[in-house]
Amino acid sequence: MRGQPGPDPEPPPASLRAWALSALCVVLAPLVLDSGLSMTLLSQMGIAIIACLSYNILLGQGGMLSFGHAVYTGLGAYLAIHALAAINQGIWWLPVSLLPLLGGLAGLVAAAVLGFLATRKSGTVFAMITLGLAELVGALALMFPTVFGGEAGVSANRVSGPAFAGFDLASDLQVYYLIAAYTLVCVAAMYAFTATPLGRLLNAVRDNAQRVAFIGYDPQRVRHLAFVVSGFFAGVAGGLAALVFEFVGPEALGAARSGSYLLFTVLGGTTFFFGPVIGAVLMVLSQVLLSELTRAWLLYLGLAFLFTVLLAPGGLAGVLVHLGRSRRGPWRQRLPVLAALALAGALAGSGAAALLEMLYHRQLDAALGLELRFLGLRLDVGDPTIWAGAAFACAAGMVLLIRLRPTVRGWSDPQAQASGIGAPPGGQR
Amino acid sequence: MALLLVSLVNGLSYGLLLFLLSAGLTLIFSMMGVLNFAHAGFYMLGAYFGYTLAGPLGFWPALVLAPLLVGVLGALFERWALRHVHPMGHVPELLATFGLSFILLELVQLVWGRAPVSFMPPPELQGTAFTLVQGGEGGDMLWWGAAPADQCAEVNRCTPFPMNRLFMGAVALLALGGLWLLLSRTRIGLVIRAAQSQPHMVRALGHDLPLILMLVFGAGTALAALAGVIGGSTFVTEPAMAAGVGSIIFVVVVVGGVGSLGGAFLASLLIGLLQTFAIGFDMPLRDLWPSASGALARLTLAQLAPVLPYLLLVLVLVFRPQGLLGRRVD
Repeated sequence: MRGQPGPDPEPPPASLRAWALSALCVVLAPLVLDSGLSMTLLSQMGIAIIACLSYNILLGQGGMLSFGHAVYTGLGAYLAIHALAAINQGIWWLPVSLLPLLGGLAGLVAAAVLGFLATRKSGTVFAMITLGLAELVGALALMFPTVFGGEAGVSANRVSGPAFAGFDLASDLQVYYLIAAYTLVCVAAMYAFTATPLGRLLNAVRDNAQRVAFIGYDPQRVRHLAFVVSGFFAGVAGGLAALVFEFVGPEALGAARSGSYLLFTVLGGTTFFFGPVIGAVLMVLSQVLLSELTRAWLLYLGLAFLFTVLLAPGGLAGVLVHLGRSRRGPWRQRLPVLAALALAGALAGSGAAALLEMLYHRQLDAALGLELRFLGLRLDVGDPTIWAGAAFACAAGMVLLIRLRPTVRGWSDPQAQASGIGAPPGGQR
Repeated sequence: MALLLVSLVNGLSYGLLLFLLSAGLTLIFSMMGVLNFAHAGFYMLGAYFGYTLAGPLGFWPALVLAPLLVGVLGALFERWALRHVHPMGHVPELLATFGLSFILLELVQLVWGRAPVSFMPPPELQGTAFTLVQGGEGGDMLWWGAAPADQCAEVNRCTPFPMNRLFMGAVALLALGGLWLLLSRTRIGLVIRAAQSQPHMVRALGHDLPLILMLVFGAGTALAALAGVIGGSTFVTEPAMAAGVGSIIFVVVVVGGVGSLGGAFLASLLIGLLQTFAIGFDMPLRDLWPSASGALARLTLAQLAPVLPYLLLVLVLVFRPQGLLGRRVD
């Protein structure tokens, strides 16, 4: 491996005060958001936060791009749901609130076995192997319906067994607090992991595996250990999901689930510890709310992802940190340009979105009539002038963005430096 | 015997299609280090472009035009997106192509719908290439084309082999022969091979390296699209076709040895034959492995077929991590 070492690991922007504040938010959130929907959303966010952070141990901290993270969350979920079913039938005794730990164990064992194969390589070959292994596990799961329930999945009832420390999980609130407790502990543990010698070595392996080998550590072993740690937390997330939904189906192991962990972790930002938290929140919001709002949501996600990779490799967290830093610097002079950029982006984005929405409407909902509601407007899909107008808005916004690019070029550097993902240029081939 | 032969030809033609796909992937990977996750997306796009062009123009012009169009799109993606993430390393490049695969799938579903479209091979390719006659008047025989009806009066005597399957293998062979000639016998091929091993020197000699990389990416996607036109007309043209081959071609590349064209060839044929034979010789697993018990014993070989490539991947990773023909690099 040639090339310079990658960016220095960011000093994580978190203090005791930030931790206490977020813990307080988590505890108090149900008082404000007490509807059934928001309870479910918050619970799912907690699970997604654990899953995305565990994914980022691989991608952000280890430079390992995995296409099979759902295998570990999924196997954790399956073990947890089977244990729950056994508790239901009285075959087995264990407090239900400890089941996520059992899920974590499943994730850990699976990651130890499969990770041994995958972490023999790094970079893009690692990615290909994780994809193959994920397909293998997914196909095997469908082949053994007695264990994995086939297409129908496995279900069980979480309100059973003795209550543990007052938790019987009968109400949504109790489920929320169980998940909140697990989330806080897991996030703290994963944060602490970044500061352990293994965590630091993992960053070193990401940046320059050859040097790590030269100092006397085995990069393959470091990757494998990190993979196992990540698998454990993924399994915990899977076990929690099994408790919340009381059902686990084959899609829990599927490529689509793995892909969404990857997509939202990158959207949130892999270079900062809290990036995947933003990504996880977005994941739940878009899967539950955005998918209701528009049928083109997957396309928007794909475009947002591609633009993130191209223009803001540090993800949303990178952009936020960059804005926070430049507030102290030449922020005031940049304000007009930033405003112009935002306007141009909004123009291009809304034009493109109008075009897409009209296209989707014409292709899928033509039977519902020609009218489409978009951003409070009523658009007539049959009217060519509206199409031309949307195309014009989109093109004008694009031209403005391209015109503004030279002014911006100088300042994106600190962000680009802070947000190199994975290996430095000229990694292994 | 007839089943053996038909399975063999079937497996070879499917393997050659896999190779046509993985050749593009390997070409791009060995030149640029980019693992093109959207490769199967370009395969799907090729099938849909072929379907659309075959309507007004007919199948044969579509077979040429669709790969060219998709190749241009691929080159444009390289120019406008990949080139900008290149300085950041290979993982961001992989991420960019992952995003593209998402977008391609959604766009295809938007334009052509979620249901399969009926992309049929032209009449010339719809017939029977040859028929195996077992126990006929002249013993076992091979007829070119369909066998006469009197030969096939008895049930289960004739085994026809469809023309389009044969055509699939033939086009794959032709395209790959052409690629090999281009790379080994022409001046542009010389420059491409030089750029693969000595990019800085090639640049110093005054060749436009970014242009070469753009063309290589376009050529790789065009190969995928060619496979798409053939595969789409032989099998089914539907949005799920990308996911169907997507992970298999990665397995091919890893099993063959990353970056090795010869290894990809071997691995494609191996996987093609493995899958075809598992489906062709459908027998309970118990017959092959008498000590199998429980759920394993109830499985048949055909049920196992989708898993076989991935099992092969695991075996290769354990016993020969560099791949069948790969060089040992860590």
